[in-house]
Amino acid sequence: MQLSSVELKLLRRFRKIYTIIAFLVSLAMAAVLLLTVFNLPAFGKAGNPAENEVIGRYIGKGLEETGAVNIVAAVILDYRAFDTLGETLVLFSALVAVIMLLKDEPGVFTRRYRERSQFEPEKDQIFRSVAALLIPCLLVFSIYIIVNGHLSAGGGFAGGAILGATFILYNIAYGIEKARRFLNEKSFLRFITAALLFYCIAKGYSFFTGGNHLPSVIPLGLPGSIFSGGLILPLNITVGIVVACVVYGAFCLFNRGGL
Amino acid sequence: MIFFEILLLVFLIVCAVAVALTRQLWQAIIIFMSYSLVMSVVWVFLQAPDLAVTEAAVGAGITSILFYLALKRINAMQEGKKGGKSK
Repeated sequence: MQLSSVELKLLRRFRKIYTIIAFLVSLAMAAVLLLTVFNLPAFGKAGNPAENEVIGRYIGKGLEETGAVNIVAAVILDYRAFDTLGETLVLFSALVAVIMLLKDEPGVFTRRYRERSQFEPEKDQIFRSVAALLIPCLLVFSIYIIVNGHLSAGGGFAGGAILGATFILYNIAYGIEKARRFLNEKSFLRFITAALLFYCIAKGYSFFTGGNHLPSVIPLGLPGSIFSGGLILPLNITVGIVVACVVYGAFCLFNRGGL
Repeated sequence: MIFFEILLLVFLIVCAVAVALTRQLWQAIIIFMSYSLVMSVVWVFLQAPDLAVTEAAVGAGITSILFYLALKRINAMQEGKKGGKSK
């Protein structure tokens, strides 16, 4: 399309004005944010608005009520488990949106896969050897983070992300055909829906008993041992499964348009 | 130790400005990745190890891979090669 000289002049002027206005708006935004930061109350001072009875309850009675040594895990998977369910569902719906937008038809997928696979580093021997060394360590580490979520730092989200990254590494190094042996479309959807359903049922049970002041049959266990913390360990595992599946599924859909 | 923290925070600011000013998108992704890594160290200094683990895994690992794949998907990766196919 050809532009006349007047239009070009106007366009150039618009660009100049646009740059100046964008600079001013970002400057104003930065000024507002910095002013807010300088007016915040001092970090950790007693008498701050955040300092109320909730903190005392969590720190004082958290171990006794949930059985989890890691208070963060106790908060996100016991006291505030409903929020975590919402976060997990957000991840799931994001994955559903990605599937709706990016999934190819089966014929298109195989054709595009054949076209692109010759440019991928799948045949790279160095990469494969390094991946063969790394993948077992990463698997053990991610499972450790998920299972030890109620005892140390980490938990379902972090461990699930590392597990998903391990699957991605396996997929890049050995190709999608081998990765499909343990995670194809069918088993993928089964894993993710079973994990979400288990989360809903388990938490529904504990909300029902807690809301009606009934005793729960789930034992809290000895604090510090691996089987302790009541529902926190299975919930960590389900969150880890969902996060790993979402990460791996998003990778596959972005990369090839299919699992 | 306070010197080390200030160094990390300065690095964070430099990274954040560099992400906005970089011309090539894949370079912006790599700078953003280093931003996340430094941020995870800062989380450790702020006594939030849970967040540090999550930031290192999600921010530095998964987000970068997804950004990279999105760029590959919209064919924006040729930009580095001598002007690329503009217009």
